[in-house]
Amino acid sequence: MALHVVGTLDELPPGTRKIVEVDGRSIGIFNVAGEFLAIRNRCPHQGAPLCLGEQFGVLESDEPGRYTLRRPGEMVRCPWHGWEFDLRTGQSWFDPERTRVRRYDVKVGEDGRQPGPYVAETYPVAHDRTHVYVEL
Amino acid sequence: MIPGATVIDVDVHNHPASVEDLVPYLDDHWREYLAKTAFAGPPDSAYPPAAPNTGAAPAEVLGDRTRLEEAALGSGDAERAVLSCTYAVESIHNPYAAQAMAAAANDWQAREWLAGDGGGRLGASIVVASQDPDLAAEEIDRVAGTPGFVQVLLPLRSAVPYGNRRFRPIFAAAARHGLVVALHYGGSPGNPPTASGWPSYYAEQYAGMAAIAQTQLTSLIAEGLFDLLPTLRVTVAEAGFCWVPQWLWRADKDWQMLGREIPWVRSPPHEYVRRHVRFSLRPIDGPTDPQALARVVEETEPIHLGSLLMYASDFPHAHGDDEDLRFLDLVSPATRDRILHDTAAAWYPFSERS
Repeated sequence: MALHVVGTLDELPPGTRKIVEVDGRSIGIFNVAGEFLAIRNRCPHQGAPLCLGEQFGVLESDEPGRYTLRRPGEMVRCPWHGWEFDLRTGQSWFDPERTRVRRYDVKVGEDGRQPGPYVAETYPVAHDRTHVYVEL
Repeated sequence: MIPGATVIDVDVHNHPASVEDLVPYLDDHWREYLAKTAFAGPPDSAYPPAAPNTGAAPAEVLGDRTRLEEAALGSGDAERAVLSCTYAVESIHNPYAAQAMAAAANDWQAREWLAGDGGGRLGASIVVASQDPDLAAEEIDRVAGTPGFVQVLLPLRSAVPYGNRRFRPIFAAAARHGLVVALHYGGSPGNPPTASGWPSYYAEQYAGMAAIAQTQLTSLIAEGLFDLLPTLRVTVAEAGFCWVPQWLWRADKDWQMLGREIPWVRSPPHEYVRRHVRFSLRPIDGPTDPQALARVVEETEPIHLGSLLMYASDFPHAHGDDEDLRFLDLVSPATRDRILHDTAAAWYPFSERS
């Protein structure tokens, strides 16, 4: 494991992202409300550039017309098929019924949804007063 | 009919031969209203008298239990039949007149069709003024306790899709009483029968009804009606069924992409259909090669159509598709039994009556 400089703190204010190349891997660095999260810029489903997707919060609903939004900006949606991945864990969230690849134990998640079959690679990110580093 | 099989026929039409049949079931005001004004009940018929698929049975057969039983169920094969009274009260603009005519049609059915039905062979459909959901729900509450009513009939066409909040009282009342809701071919809500406006010909309207069925089911799922009413059961009647897999391919995929807009919809649409929706067999809108049709029924993803279909004659309406029933000999025995009998037996709240 080694720390790689991926940018300066100035260029990654909260709410922004930067896609960098480290050891031949394309990685997205996200500043989510001051916290840095990194995920591989490759959707494990079909290889789409995952980090070009929109960020969303986790949306819950108990009945039609009632919405609760939590963890703003912590999910990224693949630009190709709209599946959501958790920036913290890389876990995909989508329709598990359609998936015949059942390599993961299916368990009900915190908001009643179920985890999908894919997990995108995530990486630890560190920063000092001037620079941001990704570790891999 | 299917020789040698025990059958439940989920779509047999009864209909008042004329508004005169209902006069005994109207109160003084509405009797006078009928006698003294131009009002003569619903002006619309979903079945033009001269159209080939309207069938040949004279109107009085449809209004007479004994004669209809003889004509539609005469061979003795049908164990039970579900009557679909498509009395088009939704085309009456006066909501109280619509309600009165619906109530009269229901009392007519209760007395003339269900009261003397010793073996409990017939199930009937509650007629409601669907354009006024509160009045419709009141009517469901009024007659649901009458033995023999097994479903609420809604015309497939409506002014806005049925998932809309305004219709919830109807579906809630049906679910409360354990009744099926049938979305049956037809309807005259006032707006055009296609989403692109008025077609020129009846042939277009009839063929286009499958698209309306897709719109309605998509609406029921997207608006969360099945999440709100987990025991709700919906039969799509006389709208075909071979479009179901194609519609679900699209609906499932679009739900994955766009489902965030409707986060209460937590399962792919085909899961809702599997739990909450069944389809009547006629008209058969599949390939004419029985082997190909059997494959559609047994093998098409994402859902096993053979578990969703219920036999229907659609008497007296003719679809010229008796030959197409040959597919029933090419599906598995279990699928055949489901289609002809078992699915309907579990779906409808039939009761033994004395």
